[in-house]
Amino acid sequence: MEIDVLTEVGNIGSGNAVTAFSAMIGRAVDIQVPAVKLLDFQTAIDFAGGAEKLVAGILVQISGDIEGMMLFLLEQDMVDLIVSTFFGQNTISLLELTPDMSSALTETGNIMSGSYVNAIAELAQMKINVGVPMMCVDMIGAIMSVPVSIIGEMSDKLLFIDSYLIIDGSEIKSKMMLLPTVNSLDTLLKKLGVTA
Amino acid sequence: MSQKFIVGISDWKICGRDDILVTYALGSCIGICLYDKITGLSGLSHIMLPDSKSIAGGSATPMKFADTAIPAMLSAMRAKGACAGITAKIAGGATMFQCNGAQFNIGERNIAAVRAVLGELRIPIIAADTGLNYGRTVTFYSENGAVEVSSTVRGKSVI
Repeated sequence: MEIDVLTEVGNIGSGNAVTAFSAMIGRAVDIQVPAVKLLDFQTAIDFAGGAEKLVAGILVQISGDIEGMMLFLLEQDMVDLIVSTFFGQNTISLLELTPDMSSALTETGNIMSGSYVNAIAELAQMKINVGVPMMCVDMIGAIMSVPVSIIGEMSDKLLFIDSYLIIDGSEIKSKMMLLPTVNSLDTLLKKLGVTA
Repeated sequence: MSQKFIVGISDWKICGRDDILVTYALGSCIGICLYDKITGLSGLSHIMLPDSKSIAGGSATPMKFADTAIPAMLSAMRAKGACAGITAKIAGGATMFQCNGAQFNIGERNIAAVRAVLGELRIPIIAADTGLNYGRTVTFYSENGAVEVSSTVRGKSVI
């Protein structure tokens, strides 16, 4: 039951985020049913793509009635898509992104996390604030150490709602995850009428 | 024949001479390499957070914290016969995301805690590659105590 509700939360959040993203890049974007995962830290990092894989990570803090983070792990596919849309360059190494390109990626994270979180806030009738997005290009394990350390203080596992995008019929490997704290998860489920 | 052991996040492992310990993609976390050059006994700990006492129920997961993981690993090495004269090399503790929030300076807090814990245990830190803003993979060779630090962004170095 909890998993179903959280899957639906992910569906509504990522549906809204994808609509905003689709408008931004002027292309049709679909989503698959999100996966709700409760994993130990190492397994979470492996699931996200592997500790040493190079990605652009965008981290957004959320606060208010729900505390936690949104994390985007943009792999080459998504970076190419955004860079080609705005800069007309077909592909670029993640290590050679210009400051303008980094800003465009960060702004994408900003718009998508805002849309995602607003949809959930509306659904659960809550007030949720979205922080300023932060970006860095590095290994997945190093990027995830930050949310894992902050959220994982209180537990041994990480709960995340992981969404997959589909563009022109192919699945984008890049990931969009909602990472609520343990307490916020209870709050969210309560608001949605799942637990007493 | 040397064996390679992988140390996950919030984990530690020890090994004998000629084996290799690896931990991948340290960000704000720290890899602590303890080495006894007489016996070749080596230990690598991958801590996430500074202090188990600051968190309710923290003692339930001792491998996660600097103050509990390092002494436990040291005891395990001593139980296997490690002598006095153990030395340490540390790497990690980066600030991955630039931000003013105190929550995000976890790398710096980890560095301070690891240094304090090793100080209390009277283990000298003979090399360190910490801080800044990039991730590091640590490969620790118990054959000679060399620690290779590699970064996708910055390249490799041996400390």
